[in-house]
Amino acid sequence: MEFFTLWLANPTVVAALPLVFAVLMGIAIVTYVVLDGYDLGVGILFPLATHKDDKDLMMGSIGPFWDANETWLVLAVGLLLVAFPLAHGLILTALYLPVFFMLIGLIFRGVAFEFRAKAKEPHQQFWNWAFFGGSLLTALMQGYMLGIYILGLQHGAVATLFALVISLCLAAGYALIGACWLIMKTEGALQKKAVHWAREALSYTALGMVAVSLMSPLASARIWNKWFSLPEVFWLAPLPLLSAALFAYLWWLLRQPQVFKAAVWQPFACVVALMLLGFLGLAYSFFPYVVPEKLTIWQAASATGSLALMLVGALLVLPVMFGYTFFVYKIFHGKATGLSYH
Amino acid sequence: MESLDPVLLARLQFAANITFHFIFPALTIALGWVLLFFKLAYARTGNLAWMENYFFYTKIFALSFALGVVSGITMSFQFGTNWPGFMERVGNIAGPLLAYEVLTAFFLEATFLGVMLFGFRKVSDKLHTTATLLVALGTTLSAFWILVLNSWMHTPVGFEMLPTGPGGMLQAHPTDWLAIVFNPSLPYRLGHTLVASGLTAAFVVAGLAAYRWLRHDRTIAVKLAMQTGVGLAAILIPLQIWLGHAHGVNTLEHQPAKIAAMEANWETRSHAPLVLVAHPNQTTRSNDYALEIPALASWFVTGSVDGVVPGLNDYIGNHPPVAPVFWGFRIMVGMGLMMLAVSWVGAYVLWRQRNGQPPRWLVYTLLGMFGSGWIATLSGWYVTEIGRQPWLVSGVLRVADAVGPVPADTIALTLAGYLTTYGLLLVAYFTTLFYLARQARTAKTPSLPSWSYHKTNKG
Ligand code: HDD
Ligand code: HEM
Ligand code: HEM
Repeated sequence: MEFFTLWLANPTVVAALPLVFAVLMGIAIVTYVVLDGYDLGVGILFPLATHKDDKDLMMGSIGPFWDANETWLVLAVGLLLVAFPLAHGLILTALYLPVFFMLIGLIFRGVAFEFRAKAKEPHQQFWNWAFFGGSLLTALMQGYMLGIYILGLQHGAVATLFALVISLCLAAGYALIGACWLIMKTEGALQKKAVHWAREALSYTALGMVAVSLMSPLASARIWNKWFSLPEVFWLAPLPLLSAALFAYLWWLLRQPQVFKAAVWQPFACVVALMLLGFLGLAYSFFPYVVPEKLTIWQAASATGSLALMLVGALLVLPVMFGYTFFVYKIFHGKATGLSYH
Repeated sequence: MESLDPVLLARLQFAANITFHFIFPALTIALGWVLLFFKLAYARTGNLAWMENYFFYTKIFALSFALGVVSGITMSFQFGTNWPGFMERVGNIAGPLLAYEVLTAFFLEATFLGVMLFGFRKVSDKLHTTATLLVALGTTLSAFWILVLNSWMHTPVGFEMLPTGPGGMLQAHPTDWLAIVFNPSLPYRLGHTLVASGLTAAFVVAGLAAYRWLRHDRTIAVKLAMQTGVGLAAILIPLQIWLGHAHGVNTLEHQPAKIAAMEANWETRSHAPLVLVAHPNQTTRSNDYALEIPALASWFVTGSVDGVVPGLNDYIGNHPPVAPVFWGFRIMVGMGLMMLAVSWVGAYVLWRQRNGQPPRWLVYTLLGMFGSGWIATLSGWYVTEIGRQPWLVSGVLRVADAVGPVPADTIALTLAGYLTTYGLLLVAYFTTLFYLARQARTAKTPSLPSWSYHKTNKG
C-alpha cells in the first residue's frame, strides 16, 4: 500500500496514466467499430436480400454476437466517462440530438432480433424494417457525430455538410465489412450476393475516405499543419499509401474465384486493416486533445488514484475477457444457420 | 418554451429511461437462476416437462434480456447527456464502479448469452449449463455494482471533497474504497432488490402458467411451472418483508427525512401513529383525511411504542416531496402483503391438490398477480429515489447542480421521442409474452440432442 501511494505520487506516473487510458479507449473504439460495424452492416444490407431464408441466415450469422459487440460501445463510453469525466459531459451535451437518434436506432435494431423471431407473421415485416432502419440510423448518426467531433464540436453549415459526408462514408464502410462478414459466414447464392454487395460498398467507401481525407485538413487548420509540414509528411506517408494498396487489393480480390473458398476470410481481414489505418490517422490528427481544440487528455483526466484502480481491474479482467470471447467465436465458427434455440 | 424547467425535464427523462430499463433487469436477474433450476431439475429427474419449461421461459428471458440491453445502453449515455455535473463532481468514485460493472459483468453476460441461447446443439450439456450459470451470475454481478453506486449516492462514505476541479470546484476523492463499496445501505438495498427480482420472476412464471392453463394447455409442464412460481414466492416473501423492515431501520439512521416522508410524519415525536391512508398536504404541513393506528409507526421503525420518529418539520426546505414517497411506500407494502397471502394460500392448495388440477379461483388469482412484482419493485424504487430529493448524492450534490446546459425544448423533444418508443415497445413486449404463451401448446417439443437420450429413456 505504502509503495502504491508513493508510486502514484511519481510525476511520470501521473502524466502517463491519462495517456494509457487514452490508448485503452482507442482500443475499445476500434474494436467496437470493427465488431458492431459488421453486424450494423448486415442490418444495412438486410433489405437487399429478397428471400426470407436469406434474411433468416443473415440474422442468424450475427445473432450470437451482436450483444457482446455492442458492449464495446458501453465500454468506450464508459472509459470516456470514467477516465475523462470533463470531456464526457462536454461531448455528450454537444451531441445531444445525434446521440438520441443513435440510441433510438440501437434500440429498434437490437430488439428486432427477438421480436422478429417471435412475433406473428404479419408483424414480422415491421421488425424487418426496424432492423434495417435502426442499423442505418445508428451508422449515420455515428458518422455524423464523428464529423462534428473532428471539427471541435462546432455547429454550422460547413460542419454539418462535412459531418453528412462522413456519415455516408461510415455507413458504406459498415456495409462493406458486413458484406465481408457474410462472405465468410455464408455459402451458395447468398455468398454470391454478398460478394456483389462488397464490390459496391467498396467503391462508396473509397469515395468517402478520399472525401474525408481531403476535407479534414481544409476544414481544420490544425489538422492541416499536423499533416502537411516537413518532415512529418514523410513518415506519415505510409498511412495513405497502405490504405490505397489495401483498396486496390480488395478491388482485385473481390473479382477472383478464390474469394468463395480459400480466401473467404481475406476481404474481412483487409477491411479490419483499413479501419485500423483510418483510426490511426484520426488519432494522430487529434493528439493530444480529447475534445479537439478544447481539452487535452491531461486537462480532462480523473484523479490519479481512481485511474490506477481502474487500470488494475482492466489488466486483470481484459485477458479473461479476450479469452472467453475467442472461445465463443470458436463455438460458432463456420457457416451460419438460421436462429434457433434448440 | 421559456416556461419549461430544464432540471425538471432532465429528471423526468432520467426517470422515464431508468423505469423502462429496470422493468427488464427486475425480471431477468432472477429468471436466469430459475432457468438454471429448470435445467438442473431435468438433469436430476429426467422429466422432459422441465426441459419444456426451460425452452418456453428461455424465450421470455431472451426477449426481456434484449430489451434490458438496449435500454441499458441508453442509460450509460444518460449520465453524460443529462447530468454532466454528476461525473464532474463525483466521477472519481462513480467512474471506477461503473467501469468494474462493464468489465466484470456486462461482457460476461453478453458473451455467454449467445452460447446459452444458440449453442444448445453446438456444445456439450455441461458447457451449456455452465453458460446458463454464467449468464445468471453476470446479471447478478451487474446488479451488485450498479447498486453499490446507487447505495453510495444514498449513504456516501469513504471520500473527501477537494477543490481540484476547474475554477476550484469541489470534487470527491476516494479515501477508502472498501468503505465506499460496502457503504452502510448496500447490504439492505442489494438484498431487497435481488429478492424483489426473485418475486417478480416468480409471479411472471406462475402468471404465464396460469394463463396457459386457462387456455386449456394443461400439460405437466404447465403445472410444474405454476408450482415453481408459487413455491418460490412463498419462500421469498417473508424474507423480503423482513429485509424491507431492516432496510427501513437502516434508513432511519442515515436518511431520517426519507422515513419521515414515508410515514407522513410532520412533527418529531414518540408514539407516532401509523398513517394508513391520508392526503399529505405540503402547504398546511399536515395530513388531510388521515386514517391512523396510534403508536404503531414508532413500534415498526424503532421497535418500541415510545421510540422517536423524525418529523418533516425538522427538515423544511430539505426534505423530499411527501405524497409520492408516502404513496409509493404504501403500494409496495400493499403488494407485499398480497403476495404473502396469495403465495402461502396458493402453495398450500397446490400441495393439497398435487395429483389433481388447481382450483379455478386460484388460477385466476395467479393471472391477476402476474405483474405484481413489477408494480412493487418500481414503487419501491420511486420511494427510494424520490426520497433522496433534493439531493443527487445525499448531502454532497444537489440535483439542480448536476444538470447540463442542454436547452429545455431539446430535452422535451427527446423525452417525447423516448416515451413514444417505450410505449410502443411495452405494448409489443406484453403482447408477445402472451402470444408466446398461447403458442407454447402448439410449438413442437424440441427434440433433444444425443447427449440427453439416455436420460429420456430412463425417465
Ligand atoms: C439492479 C439491477 C440494475 C440496475 C439498477 C440497473 N441495471 Fe442496467 N442492467 C442490469 C441490471 C441493472 C442487468 C440485469 O445486468 C441487465 C438488464 C437486463 C440485461 O440483459 O442486463 C442490464 C443491462 C444494462 C446494459 C447493457 C449491458 C449489455 O450490453 O449486456 C447497460 C449499458 C446498463 N444496464 C447500464 C445501466 C445504468 C447506467 C444504470 C443506472 C443508472 C443501470 N443499468 C441500472
Ligand atoms: C412488505 C414489506 C416491505 C417493506 C417493509 C419494505 C420496505 C422498504 C423500504 C423502507 C424501502 C426504502 C429504502 C430506502 O430507504 O431507500 C424499500 C425500497 C424498495 N422495495 Fe420494499 N419493502 C417491502 C416489500 C417489497 C416488495 C414485496 C418488493 C418487490 C417485490 C419491494 C421492492 C423494493 C425495491 C426494489 C426498493 C428499492 C430499492 C431499495 O432501496 O432497496 N419491497 N422497501
Ligand atoms: C433500477 C432502478 C431505479 C429506478 C426505478 C430509479 C428511479 C428513479 C426515479 C423515479 C427518479 C426520479 C426522481 C425524481 O425526479 O424525483 C430517479 C432519479 C435518479 N436516479 Fe434513480 N432509479 C433506479 C436506479 C438508479 C441507479 C442504479 C442510479 C445510479 C447509479 C440512479 C441514479 C439516479 C439519478 C442520477 C437520478 C436523477 C436525479 C433525480 O431526479 O433525482 N438511479 N431514479
